[in-house]
Formats: sequence, C-alpha cells, structure tokens
Amino acid sequence: MQAHNNAYYVPPPSIWPIVGSVALLTLAVGFALVLNKVAVGSLVMALGAGILLIMLFGWFGAVIKESLAGKYARQVDTSFRWGMVWFIFSEVMFFAGFFGALFYARNLALPGLADAQSLWPGFSAAWPTTGPGLKTVITPVNAWGIPALNTLILLSSGATLTWAHWGLQKDRQRQLKLGLALTIALGILFIGLQIHEYGEAAFTIRDGIYGATFYMLTGFHGFHVMMGSVMLIVILLRSLAGHFTPGRHFAFEAVAWYWHFVDVIWLLLFIFVYCL
Amino acid sequence: MPKYTGRRLGQPFSAIRSLCAIFFGLIPALAWADFAVNLPQPASGLAQDIFDLHSLILWICLAILIVVFVPMLIALIRHRKSVGHQAAKFHDNLGVEIAWTIVPVLILIGMAWPATRLVASMKDTSKSDLTIKVTGHQWKWEYEYLGEDIRFMSNSSTPKVQIDGEQSKGEHYLLEVDRPLVVPAGQKVRLVLTASDVIHAWWVPAFGVKQDAIPGFIRDAWFKVDQVGTYRGQCAELCGVGHGFMPVVVDVVSPEQFATWKQEQKTLVAAAAANVGKTYEMAELKALGEKVYAANCVACHQPTGMGVPGAFPALNGSAIVSGEKAGHIDIVLNGKAATAMAAFGKQLSDLDLAAVITYERNSWNNTTGDLVQPADIAARRR
Amino acid sequence: MNTSTVSNAAAVHDHAHDHAPTGVMRWLTSTNHKDIGTLYLWFSLFMFFFAGALAMLIRAELFQPGLQLFQPTVFNQLTTMHGLIMIFGAIMPSLVGFANWQVPLMIGAPDMAFPRLNNWSFWLLPAAGVLLISTFFVPGGAIAGGWTMYPPLFMQGGIAYDMSILAVHILGVSSIMGAINIIVTILNMRAPGMTLMKMPMFVWTWLITAFLLVAVMPVLACAITMLLTDRNFGTHFFDASGGGDPVMFQHVFWFFGHPEVYIMILPAFGIVSTIIPTFARKPLFGYVSMVYAVASIAFLSFIVWAHHMFTTGMPLGGQLFFMYTTMLIAIPTGIKVFNWVATLWRGSISFETPMLFSLAFVFLFTIGGFSGLVLALVPVDIQLQDTYYVVAHFHYVLFSGSAMAIMGGVYYWLPKWTGHMYDEKLGKVHFWLTAIAFNITFFPMHFLGLAGMPRRIPDYALQFAEFNMIASLGGFLLGASQLLFLYVVIKCVRGGIAAGNQPWDGADTLEWTQTSPPPYHSFVTPPLVK
Repeated sequence: MQAHNNAYYVPPPSIWPIVGSVALLTLAVGFALVLNKVAVGSLVMALGAGILLIMLFGWFGAVIKESLAGKYARQVDTSFRWGMVWFIFSEVMFFAGFFGALFYARNLALPGLADAQSLWPGFSAAWPTTGPGLKTVITPVNAWGIPALNTLILLSSGATLTWAHWGLQKDRQRQLKLGLALTIALGILFIGLQIHEYGEAAFTIRDGIYGATFYMLTGFHGFHVMMGSVMLIVILLRSLAGHFTPGRHFAFEAVAWYWHFVDVIWLLLFIFVYCL
Repeated sequence: MPKYTGRRLGQPFSAIRSLCAIFFGLIPALAWADFAVNLPQPASGLAQDIFDLHSLILWICLAILIVVFVPMLIALIRHRKSVGHQAAKFHDNLGVEIAWTIVPVLILIGMAWPATRLVASMKDTSKSDLTIKVTGHQWKWEYEYLGEDIRFMSNSSTPKVQIDGEQSKGEHYLLEVDRPLVVPAGQKVRLVLTASDVIHAWWVPAFGVKQDAIPGFIRDAWFKVDQVGTYRGQCAELCGVGHGFMPVVVDVVSPEQFATWKQEQKTLVAAAAANVGKTYEMAELKALGEKVYAANCVACHQPTGMGVPGAFPALNGSAIVSGEKAGHIDIVLNGKAATAMAAFGKQLSDLDLAAVITYERNSWNNTTGDLVQPADIAARRR
Repeated sequence: MNTSTVSNAAAVHDHAHDHAPTGVMRWLTSTNHKDIGTLYLWFSLFMFFFAGALAMLIRAELFQPGLQLFQPTVFNQLTTMHGLIMIFGAIMPSLVGFANWQVPLMIGAPDMAFPRLNNWSFWLLPAAGVLLISTFFVPGGAIAGGWTMYPPLFMQGGIAYDMSILAVHILGVSSIMGAINIIVTILNMRAPGMTLMKMPMFVWTWLITAFLLVAVMPVLACAITMLLTDRNFGTHFFDASGGGDPVMFQHVFWFFGHPEVYIMILPAFGIVSTIIPTFARKPLFGYVSMVYAVASIAFLSFIVWAHHMFTTGMPLGGQLFFMYTTMLIAIPTGIKVFNWVATLWRGSISFETPMLFSLAFVFLFTIGGFSGLVLALVPVDIQLQDTYYVVAHFHYVLFSGSAMAIMGGVYYWLPKWTGHMYDEKLGKVHFWLTAIAFNITFFPMHFLGLAGMPRRIPDYALQFAEFNMIASLGGFLLGASQLLFLYVVIKCVRGGIAAGNQPWDGADTLEWTQTSPPPYHSFVTPPLVK
C-alpha cells in the first residue's frame, strides 16, 4: 500500500498563501482595469506581479529549505509526485479544451456556416478561413519551415533532459549540469524561433477563427515553454548548488515531467495546427 | 385564459397591499385562478405527442416512487429504535442488486422508444407548405415570408404604464404584440430561425416548438396547426434586459383568410413604396417617432430618455442627440459594437428611423428643432 | 505504491507548529486542516446568506406581476449573481470544508497532503469573492447574462464582465489545487490497513469528486479565457462572422458544467451515506455497488453535456446520443437510492436532525431525479427548456439535494467539531421549517414551467401570478428559517452539553475515536485499521 511515517511533515503556519491571494487579487483587479482602459491598471498589475514574485520566491524558498533540512520523508515525496501528476493532468485538460474548440470550429461550426447560404452567400467551409464576415485571406505558416525545425528542437531538448536525468541517477553531476544547460538553450531557441514566426506570420489573432485558434493554442504552449524554461533554470541553479542526489531529486523530476508534457503538446500542435 | 378578478394587480407595490395579499388576496385568487398544473392544451400533433409522452413518463415515475418509498415508509414506521426494533446485520444481496440494475434498464428502454420516434418527427422539416424566416432581435421578432415579399417586425404591445403598475394589466399582459405572425391552418409551416445580435429562442408552448435562434447560423423547426385561433408564447433564452418582454403571437387563420391577409400586406408594401421621397411635418414625425421609440428604444433608454446609469446612456441631453444630425443618424443606423445598441438600419424603414430620430432630438430637454426626413436617412445608409 | 515503511530516524519532527499563532494570524497563516475546514465552512455560510439574500430580492420582485422593485437590468444581475455565488461560493466551498475536516480524520491522516497549499486554496476564495461582489458597485453593475455566461450576450457589458471572468479564474485555481490536495491525501495518506475498498463512503465520493474537479475546472478556464479574448482582444471564437460559433461556448462550458453538477452532489451522497447507516444502526447496504455507482455517474457526466443544449438545434444523431446517455444516469443513481432504502430496511432507526435531513434528501432528491429524467427526453425537454420547470428541477437536486445534505452533515459533525451537542429541538424545528418552506417554494415552479413560464424573466403574464406568489411566500419562509440554522450553529459553537467522543452510537468511522473536538493535531501516529 503506502509508505507510513509517524512524522508526516506538517509545515508551520505560513504567510505565503495569503500573500499569494493578495497577489492574484491585485493582478486580477489590475488586469480588469487595463482591459477597460483605466490608466492606473498597469501599475496595479505590476504591483500584483511583484507581490506574486515575492510569494513564489518565499514559498519555494521555504520548500527548498525544508527539503534540504531532510524534513520530507518518503511519504511526503510520494505526495509531491502525485501532486505533480494531477497538476499535469489538469494542464492536459486545459489544452484539451482548446483543441476541442479547434476541432469543433473546423468540423461543426464551419460546415454550419456554409449551410447558412442565405446569411453568408458563397461561403464554403475551407480551412484556413477567417470566416464568412471578414475579408482577410489567410496564408498559413508553412509547417515544414520553422515549425518542423521547432519540433526537432523540442524533441532534442527532451532527449538532452533525459540524458541529464541519467547523469543525475548515476550521480554524474557534470552530465546533469551540461544536459540541463543544453535543454535550457534549446528551450530558449524554440521560444526565439516562435517569436520570429509570430513576427513573420501574415495574420493576427484578430483574423477570424483561424487566427484565434492558432494564436491561442501556440501562444499558451509558448507560455508553458517559457515557464518550463524558467523552472529548468531554477533546477540548473539548484544543481550548481548541489541540491540533488541520486536518491532525492523530486524537483528535477517534476520539471522533467512538465517539460515532456509541453513536448507532447507541441507534437499535437504540430499535427493539428500546422500540418492539417 | 386567466380570469383576473381577485386582485387589482395594476396598483403599485406597497407593504400594506402585499400584506393584504398574503392574508386575504390569496383566498379569492385561489378560488378563481385556473392554476394550470400541466402542459398547455396542445394545438399541434407534435405538442400532443409531447403531452402524451410527458404523461406516460410521469405515471412511470409515480409508480417507481411508490415502489421505492412505500418500503422506506414501512421501514421508518416499523423498524424504529423507539419501538424496540433490533437492527439486522445484512449489507449485501447480489440478486436484489442485479435486479434493481436490470429492471430500470428495461423501463428506460421503454421510455426511450417513443421519445426517439418523436424526436425524429420533430426534426423532419421536409415537405413544408410555407417557409417563414424568423429573426430574433433585441427585443422583437422579425418575420419574413420567403418568396412572398412580406417582412415585418413584431413588437410587444404591452404598454409600459401597465408594466410599471400605473394602469391595470390587460388580459394578455406581456403576451401581446403589434403585428402577430399569421399562418394558415392545416398547413405544414417550416420556420428557419436566426438572430441578429444574441441568442433568442422562439417558443409557442401549444405548438411544441422551441428553437434557439443563433446569430450567424440557421436552424429550423416546423408545426402544423388545424385549429384556427391565436396562440401565444415568449422568448425562451435570456437575451438581455428586454428578455421578459419579447412575446410571440401567432394567428392561425383559414387558408382563405390567409390569402386575403397576404394581399393586404402587399398593398401596404406598395403604399409605403409610394411614399418614398415624401417630406413630413414635425408633428407627424414626432407622433410616429414616439411609437417607434416605445417599441424599439424604451427598454434601455427608458421613457424618460434618461437611460440606466452605467448600463445604458441617457438620450436626454446627450452629446450625440443634441450634436450634428449625421452623427446621430449614424449611430442609430449602424449601432455600437459590443453593446446592446443594435444597427437599426437593418430593422427599420427610412421613415421610422427619420421619425424616431426627430422624436429624440425634440423630446425631453432636447430642443434642437431639427427635422430629419426619410431622404436624410437614405443618404447616410452605407 | 511503496509498501515499505520508512524509518522514523530519517524524519525530523518539527515542533515549531505546536506553538501556533493566535488571533487573526492563526486563520490567515494556518496549515491545519481543521482550521482551514472551519474557514471554508464559515465562508460558505456567509456566501449562502449573501446569495440567499439575492434570492429573496428575486422572489420579492416576482411576488406579483409588473415591475415593482427592480429594473430588468438589476433583476438579471440578481439572478446571475445568485446562481454564480451559490454554486462557487456556497455549495462548493462548504463541501471542500467537509473534505478538509473529515477526510484526514476519516482516513487516519495527520493533516492534508499539502497543508500550505490547502491554506492558499481557501484564501483565494475571499479574493475571488471580493472581486465578484464588488462588481455590484462598478459602472454598469454586475454581470447580467446568466451564470452560464453565454455569448454573444456576454459580450455586451462593462468592466464587471471582465472582473467576473477573472474571479472565476481564481476560483478555478483554488478548486484545482484543493482537489489535487484531496486526491493526494486520499491516495497517499490512509492509515495502515485502510485499503481503498475499506474507505468510508464519504471519502470515496470526495476522491471521485476531486478527480472531476481536476478534469473539468481547466476546461471552464479554457471557455472563459476564450470569452475574455473575444471581449478584449478581437478573437472570433464565438462570433459567426469570423468563423466562430456561439454554440461552441455552450459545448465547452457544459463539458465543464455537467460534471460540475455532480461535483456538487457526489459529496452530498457521501454525507448521506454516512448518516443513514449511523441512525439506522446498520451497515451501508451494497457498499461495493455504491462505489461503482458513484464512479459510473462520474464517467457518464463526461458524455451527457449537450442535454443542456437540446434547443440549440443539434443534428438528430446528437440529440439521440445525449438523450440515451443522460437516461443511463438514472441507473447508477437509482442504485444509490435503492441502497439507501435497503440500508433503512430492518434497521433500528432513530430520527435525530441529521437523519431527518438525510431522509428528506433521499425523497426530495429522488423527485429532482425524476424531473431530471423527464428533462432527459428530448421532446419533453424542448417544451420545458429554460422554463421554471428547470428551475424547480435544479433546486430539488441542489437545495434539497446538496444544501440539505450539507445541513445534515453540519448537524452530524458539529458535536465532533465543537465538542458540544447542538440544540436538538431547534435543529428539528429548523429541519421542518426548511423542508416545508422548500417545497412551498419550489414545487409550484414545476407547474409554472409546465404552463409555460420562462425562467430569468423579471415580469410575467397574469396566469402565472398565483404560483409565483405562493413560491415567493415559501421563499421568504425558507430564507427566514435559515437564520435559525445560523443561530443553532453559533449556539453550538459557543457551548452546550459535552458531546463525548462518540455521541452517535451507530457511527463507526475513525473520527469518532478522537476526542470532541479532536486535538489540534490528530492521528500524529496513524491508527491501524483492521
């Protein structure tokens, strides 16, 4: 069944959760103000983001300190693993929603619009499209250009990360650090190419359902790659500080799982957004 | 139909009145109201089938309710601690558990069969005698008889004074319109539905028809009613502040009367066409404009022209209304994106638009003295 | 999972938390599942009264035909916010409050798996609550497009709409983190010997509920993100002219929304399945089939969503598919009801307040289930969709379902939580007032819906006047009765007859082995479950 320990670590009262709530509230209020063109909004948002950063540093700092102090017994480690698994599952469902929207738009909404000839004369359900009411013609991004290269980059980064993990398991710290550094470099390269692709693209998020689904899916994915890269950088710094041992490196594995998840999402994007 | 004699509902709300209503008013109301507890009298075959299906399911549910809760009641009475009943220890019985899984499956199949057949027939809009395009607007219905050149708006005709309780409420309070949909009895009428702004739902309970009208998409539905008469319904999808004030009224008439009615409509269209280019006096325009305003603008901008602060702008003293004519005409013609301000250019005639704009510019505290003619509207249409 | 035990030497017990801060800091910084559970429960009670007050205003306006108290704009804000706050502010947090208090106690765990995260899950709720409630005071007022937030209507509106979307995002973050915490606690922190199939029914229902939450809250986030970008960034997800579809929102929303319905009822099943055996003094009948029934309901909840959309005009195949899957839900739900009745059969039944609420739950929830079955049938649904029949249906499953099970649960566990017995006489008065007023309020709404009264309207035709007046009177009584509930709870918290470890002779779950109230840190050494 499960591991038991008389002393499952229950942390002492902590200020960070309430700081986090204040941060998110401030951020949300600021964002709502920005969206409604209230001048002070961006300041409020910056304040919220600042508090959030402080909270993240404080909270993760506390966790790292407790971890290094050996307070996390095996059972706590198992909790962290389960927690990460379910968190990634929730992320999967988040992307599933947007993929569902793409599927619905292409296979149900567009044929429905094409059927409504009395409203949209001459409209046919081809893809890509900006819909019957907008006149823009979409030139999609060529899947076999930058996107294919990015696929290669992200797959390679998965390989380098696994290589780093092997190094960690065998306590080859140099291989761990090198592997992590390579992964981060590939991640940043991916983001750079993605930004370049956005700059070159001949359409915007405002260009109908194609633009909307394209930027929403690739944008959220890109955001996740950025988050993943930041996490990898933290892991690299912690590796340099010698935090990880072959027997105790949950943080590394959690970030690795996350990175592979982002990788898989990209493969789906490559197929459903770029190729098909 | 409701026989409303128990209380004078038109009176403004007051604490005393409501207390009286609680203690006394309820009694005559109980005595005279029709207290409908079931689906309305079906007027179409579909509605009849729905009625029968619903009755069937209700009886089945009642039977199950008795089978399940009579044992529970017996247990609650006989197996009480206070009468000294000792608890048994059993907590499983595979046979019983299988039985109460299988039997409901069979019952459900029995329910699904008639339902499936009925859904299929509701969906079958083929071989219709007449097709009418129904467009939902905030907050009125537009009817267009396809291939007939007949097209009109159907607005609620319940006066605001009745809603506000300044006048007693009429028999068909909130269920009456200025121009009902007119259809021939005994013919299969196909509706194709869409909307111009938000989702609405066209619903006449007695027909068994409720269909969402979705902006940018076409949906269809059908009905065939044999009994001549007036049938009433309402919008059934929340569509904004006027949602409760968007009735549907259908006059089912004999095919002969329907032919006559169609002829009249065409005459009206011809008469309107003859008036193009005509210029109007202030009094004429203001009188017509007041009616157009009451039908189209009052839900948001209010009878006082004061709007609802924060939600709907005031017209009284508004910069647009007291500014250049062109700006005022443009916003009424083209609407305002992401608000409930519709593009009325698509809904109203040049004359109606000229009238309502003239009315707005010369009512309340607005005294521009401007006269807007239909030709001015035509000139600014894109 | 790993079966080996870990030596205690590896773990250093931290004593810092034994000296918990006092005053407001105790609550702001707590990492204790009991304190956080208490916070959840008080928060939900506050929101219950707030959203309940909105309901009172709704019923006051609908007391008679005509517009008396509110303009339609305000009326629509009231209905929208009543729904949103009751669901996200009252029912869900109270059930999470139960999970916080009871899950660790019932599985013999020292606390939740992630105590700090647990605190954040809670404190995000007041943040979202402040954001949501403050929309009443912004220009244009609160959101008025219905709690379902359907576009394009949701495109028309001011800053309140963006604030509400962001508030729901925060609520989603809170729910997902809370749910992960509950899942991990249940999977990883059970006392030795407590296999999954030995877990109390309440724990099972919460395990499955938490799974549903993790699966569908992100989908809600996805739906409202698209709303936000359609409103502010020019996307065309729900705009036909750009190739989008307003109905697409409904699909994504109800993919969340239907599981959400079961999120609000499954833990209530768990509470009732705990209370009935206690007061029937007989083990729960068909435990295994109960577990499978809950799991089946959860599975089916993912493939029935479009039954909320039968009038949108789906193709025939779609309507039939969703009709059949929806009807199937009657099977596992029926099994649960049969099991409860079989648990009562030949028991030794007594009628304390928690039991009264549970029995009323079984009967009234079944009525709600029947009206659900009626609504499952496409032709009948088309007649009844968006009428008061639907309002009656979901209040039978949400009020006499969830809310009354929650009240029963509160009475059941109050002695454990506070160490005092509640006032049994007042509890019973509260029960009877609630049960009677509830039925006066909501039963006539079936008739209103059948007769053709649409929901979400501020004014109605004259033939609906009588039943509306009756419903309003019942509603006022129902609202007033809940003040008695508040009084009984406060009275119990402040004092009363000592409860002892086990005030209910029929209860057999682990929390009753602890003192009442339990020590601040219970089960520091896990109990052994045979």
